[in-house]
Amino acid sequence: MISLEKVRQRAESDAKTYGYYLNPDPEFLNDLLEGLRKNEERYGYPSCPCRVATGNLELDRDIICPCDYRDPDVAEFGTCYCALYVRKDVVEGKTSLMPIPERRPLEKQARAYAVTAEKIAEKAAATTAKTEQPRSEVRKKLWYCRQCGYVVYREDPPYVCPICKAKREMFAEIAVRIDLAG
Amino acid sequence: MNVVKVAGKNNKHKVLVYALSTCAWCKMAKKFLKDNDIEYEYVDVDLCSQEDHEKIRNDIEKRGGHASFPTLIIDDKKLITGFRKDLIKEALEL
Ligand code: SF4
Repeated sequence: MISLEKVRQRAESDAKTYGYYLNPDPEFLNDLLEGLRKNEERYGYPSCPCRVATGNLELDRDIICPCDYRDPDVAEFGTCYCALYVRKDVVEGKTSLMPIPERRPLEKQARAYAVTAEKIAEKAAATTAKTEQPRSEVRKKLWYCRQCGYVVYREDPPYVCPICKAKREMFAEIAVRIDLAG
Repeated sequence: MNVVKVAGKNNKHKVLVYALSTCAWCKMAKKFLKDNDIEYEYVDVDLCSQEDHEKIRNDIEKRGGHASFPTLIIDDKKLITGFRKDLIKEALEL
C-alpha cells in the first residue's frame, strides 16, 4: 500500500520538474493527495481524484495523474482541473482559484461509459443469448515530436511535448511499414 | 444508491449533491453547505455500483449537465456544475 507521504513526495517532485506549485491550501492539498492515494489503492494507479475512473487502465490512461490535460490547463487557467497543480501567480495570490471547465473530450468519457454499459448489459444478458455489439476500443499509435524526436505510443499525441515543450501540432504519426520484397 | 442526508436549519430549498469521495472541490461544496446550515443530500458517485453510476449520469444529462463533479441539483430543476459559490449562493438565496 502506498503511503500519503509517498504520494506527496511524488507530486512535489513532479511540480518542481515542470515549474508548477502544489495547491497552497494545506487542507485542500491533503484531500487531493488522499484522493490520489485512495485511487491508487483502488485501481492500481493514481487516477484523477476529481474524475470518475473505470478501473480499466486503457480507458483511464488520460486521467492518470498528472493527466494529459494538466499542462494546457495550467497554462490557460493557472490550475489543473482538480487544483492540485497551480501556477506561481496562484500561489502568490495574484490569481484566484476557481473551478475550471473539463477539458477531457466528451468522447473519452462517453467511451468509458459505453464500456460500463456493455458490462452491465452483459451481466443482464449472461443467461440469455449473446448479442453482437460493436465494442469500444482504444487504438494506440506511434507519434513523434517533429521538433525533438520524442516518441510516444498513445492514442493521441500529448498537448505539449514533455521534452521540448512543442505544441501538439508538432507531433506526427509514425507510419510503420514492413517491406517484404527483400 | 447510498444517499446521505445532512441536517441543517435552512431547508427552504431541496439540495442534492452528486460528488466524488476523493475530490477536494466536492468536499468544499459540502463544507460550504454545512457551514451555511443548509439541509442537503449527497451521493458519492465513485462509491456507487456501475448501475447507479449510469442512473446518475443519465439524471445529470437529462437536466442538461455533464458528468462533472460536484454537480448540484436544486429544487429538482436547477443544475450547477462545479463548486460555483456565486451560483450556489444565488440559487439558495444566501
Ligand atoms: S486534474 Fe490535476 S490532480 Fe487531476 S489528474 Fe490532472 S493533474 Fe492530477
